[in-house]
Amino acid sequence: MKLLEMKQIRKAFAGMEVIKDISLSVSEGEIVAIIGPSGSGKSTLLRCATMLETIDGGEICYLGKAATWVENGRTMFPKKEERREIQSYYGLVFQNFNLFPHYSVIKNIVDAPISVQKRNKEEVYEEAKKLLAKMGLADKADAYPCQLSGGQCQRLAIARALALRPKILFFDEPTSALDPELTGEVLKVIKDLAAEHMTMVIVTHEMNFARNVADKIIFMDKGVIAVEGAPDDVFASDSPRMKEFLGRLSKE
Amino acid sequence: MSVEVILRELTTGFGQTMMIFALTLVFSLPLGMVVYFGRTSRFWMMRELVKLYISVMRGTPLMLQLLIWYFGPFYLWKMNIGGSYKLIAIILGFSFNYAAYFAEIYRSGMKSIPNGQYEAAALLGYSKQQTFLKIILPQVVKIILPAITNEIITLVKDTSLVYSISYIEMFAKAKQIAAAQTTVVPFFVAGVFYYITCLAVAWVMEHIEKKFDYYR
Repeated sequence: MKLLEMKQIRKAFAGMEVIKDISLSVSEGEIVAIIGPSGSGKSTLLRCATMLETIDGGEICYLGKAATWVENGRTMFPKKEERREIQSYYGLVFQNFNLFPHYSVIKNIVDAPISVQKRNKEEVYEEAKKLLAKMGLADKADAYPCQLSGGQCQRLAIARALALRPKILFFDEPTSALDPELTGEVLKVIKDLAAEHMTMVIVTHEMNFARNVADKIIFMDKGVIAVEGAPDDVFASDSPRMKEFLGRLSKE
Repeated sequence: MSVEVILRELTTGFGQTMMIFALTLVFSLPLGMVVYFGRTSRFWMMRELVKLYISVMRGTPLMLQLLIWYFGPFYLWKMNIGGSYKLIAIILGFSFNYAAYFAEIYRSGMKSIPNGQYEAAALLGYSKQQTFLKIILPQVVKIILPAITNEIITLVKDTSLVYSISYIEMFAKAKQIAAAQTTVVPFFVAGVFYYITCLAVAWVMEHIEKKFDYYR
């Protein structure tokens, strides 16, 4: 069974179609990278998958359970409990982190597992400490987000998402707000997760990273999937739009 | 009349001033929250009604509002009201007026929270209530403290408006003594009282603000 299935998704903002009939699926352990020019709908697609935006057409399923669908032009959702259940399957790492500034580093991680998932406090703290160590933030547990570098903030955001034990983790341009050095730190953490077979969907502009880490690459352009496949095939594709995009990148 | 006697007289009046001040804060700070929720309600009727309420509260003199609260029940509905109603009218007048201002301060604070905070909270599974209480509210408090301090300091001085319905607090006392003794000394003394109170408010609020300095 597919972990995530998006079927014929449509999304428009004020009549402007941003996503036009996109279907994609992600299996357990699979790593999908979504690339493409700005404004091609990559982030919107992630925002639809994580229910931050409502879809205007199509259906989204997690583990075969419908998370949202459109019926007679109306966006539908399952009942509250099922919605909560489905929501616990995924996590999202934002471009600009969106950490809680008034919470310490450790509290950012433990608060949701304790107050949302109602898990055992000591156990959650233990796990959070392990996560911090994994992210290279062991000595920052009592610091506040404002005292961290951008790279540290993003690693904390990843730890915060992982603490809820999601089955799939989405990344929305996780390194776009970071300089090259900090980008490297964050990409390394994502690579480590890839080695552990974490299921991930990553919207990124880091072409080499996408090529190295992803099992599948999706090239989006103007709201549709222009090219899709194994990294080497996609990068060798003779799609003129893809060539133009990569050409522009390499010229830079 | 010696300065000592003036001081003693004004100190008793100051007790009344502080009571109006404290009661107004106790009622208007939470009431402002209620007004804020009305102002941002999903129902347009509610929003428009609350907007009208705020604009009347801000657009007419507080002194006039006090007069209406005090005399209104009798002249409008011939209600017979006892002497104790005067303080009730004052607290009602002040609380409803200040709640309107506080509501707008709350609104400015809420608006300055980036949407990303709501989105992060939603992704982490927080309920609407948890998001508001745990994530949004603590950050709003930090943002609005300076504006709240401003309002509280204004309130210290606005308490003097109750002399318009002959409620005897410090300012009314000062006026009485000044008129009877033909001297401006009580005014100076009252001025010092107000000034020191405002100074104390500013000092306390600065300390509360410092408590929030640990982040950002």
